[in-house]
Amino acid sequence: MDVKLRGTALREDDFRSGKVLAAEWRGKIDYRWDAGVAIGQFLNALKEGRLLGRKCHGCGRTTIPPRMFCEKCFRRSDEWVVLKDTGRVNTFSVSFVNWDASRRTTPQVPAVIEIDGASPGMGILHLIGDVGTTLEEVLAKVRVGLPVQAVWKPPEQRQGEITDILHFRPL
Amino acid sequence: MQKVAVLGAGMTRFVRRSLETGRELCWEAASAALEDAGLTLEDIDCVVLTSAPDAFDGVHMKTEYLLDGAGAKGKPMVRPYVGGGSGVMAANAGWYHVASGRFRTCLVVAEERMSPTQPHPQGAFNAIYDQFTERPLGVNLLWIFSLEMMRYMQVYDIPLETIAKVAVKNKRNALGHPASQLGAELTVEEVLKSEVMAYPVMRLMVSPVTDGAVALVLANEKFARRKGRKHVWVEGVGWALDTSYWTNRDLCYPEYVEKAALAAYKMAGITNPREEIHVAEPYDPFAYKELHHLEGLQLADKGQAPRLLEQGFWDRDTTTGIPASPSGGLLGVGNPIAAAALMKVAEIYWQLSGKAGERQVRRNVKRGLAQAWGDLMQVGTVIILGV
Repeated sequence: MDVKLRGTALREDDFRSGKVLAAEWRGKIDYRWDAGVAIGQFLNALKEGRLLGRKCHGCGRTTIPPRMFCEKCFRRSDEWVVLKDTGRVNTFSVSFVNWDASRRTTPQVPAVIEIDGASPGMGILHLIGDVGTTLEEVLAKVRVGLPVQAVWKPPEQRQGEITDILHFRPL
Repeated sequence: MQKVAVLGAGMTRFVRRSLETGRELCWEAASAALEDAGLTLEDIDCVVLTSAPDAFDGVHMKTEYLLDGAGAKGKPMVRPYVGGGSGVMAANAGWYHVASGRFRTCLVVAEERMSPTQPHPQGAFNAIYDQFTERPLGVNLLWIFSLEMMRYMQVYDIPLETIAKVAVKNKRNALGHPASQLGAELTVEEVLKSEVMAYPVMRLMVSPVTDGAVALVLANEKFARRKGRKHVWVEGVGWALDTSYWTNRDLCYPEYVEKAALAAYKMAGITNPREEIHVAEPYDPFAYKELHHLEGLQLADKGQAPRLLEQGFWDRDTTTGIPASPSGGLLGVGNPIAAAALMKVAEIYWQLSGKAGERQVRRNVKRGLAQAWGDLMQVGTVIILGV
């Protein structure tokens, strides 16, 4: 590589201590979204303890999360289908990191869960709960293919949010 | 359609935190590429400039902020943006600007500064998740990678030890790269014993947070011939995006990479990529990703890239295999997102023109490819260069 290299690595200390001048700005922006047509109905059904999918008569797929159009056939989807609140673990992870890269002492177990009653491979992201507090414990209890069921909040506490399901638990 | 040549490349050091601002990094990379090509800014007809999410730098419409450093003042400039796939997409966009016949030359610049985000740039990624069905769960970026890696390992029965070997290989390759941030001689055990971040992802299997910029100069055949040097040509480009409903896809195989690669192979007249591609720079933000992408690129059968890794097929000094990430990749050189992918294109240019120095692969190379990937595991961008 007969190209002159440019660019200067800054020492973290020099940056933090103010030896190198820096500017700071805290952006504060709030958003509020209406849930839309498909997800609006989906969230409403969560309040009633039901998972809704959406069926397309073109390809025959029942999808979750539901959408009012089929991205495969590119046509309007046709009907609502009530799915079960059970499914199988498609894949999972044991996470010790928070959103800001700070560390957790007890892990979260996010998973893609294929929902029973939807077409094969149709999963949603959620958490698996009550499966241990160490990596070893979780790996002993959770595997790809594991049947699971939703653990719902009590009806009076449900808000029409994805967190109306607390987590999924092994069946 | 005009033939398009790569006339030069330049890059800055890849570092955790640069003293230079984004504009200054762009200037350093762009001016180095022009020097390498033996051109001045007057020779440049248009600029393609890219950078990944604006949120990293906290600057709205970041490429407008950067354009003075990238030589774009008063010129036609555009930002192609497909997340992590942007670096290769910028080279592809540079290609169509020139191939169309509308411009003789194009300066392609990719910049990323991840260091300004506080406390850590990972937070800026959370907005890629669905705001109704995913974000309320307390998401973080590592989730999607660890979920995809777990699925890949399960479906094809791949041991963690094998995936750790990608990190060992790429960080070792990066020792030969003068711009590298994380070149290192590591053992598989050290990788496996590093901190579990989101199992099966461990810290030494993850690319770092990096600042840096890279630039390329492209020109049409008539202009390139006038410069009278050994030419590296753009032979194929391809890109494709898959559905954003990522939980509805089987994450074990990147179909979007396959689609992008097949389009690029078709354009290049390649029918047997395993024979006709001699060196590859697959996108490797995580160790498993390199293997996953080599399969999507059709350079290995599904689930077989790990087996080939064990045989040394992807090593830089292979004489019978295909060297993969001879630069050291994102795992070794560093990962200033958009710039990292353009670094991969620059590496193929350096390899094909015999300018890769310590990193020069041992086998004779006439054609190579660079590939990038991005967003919710849904973007594939591919470019094929040849001499």
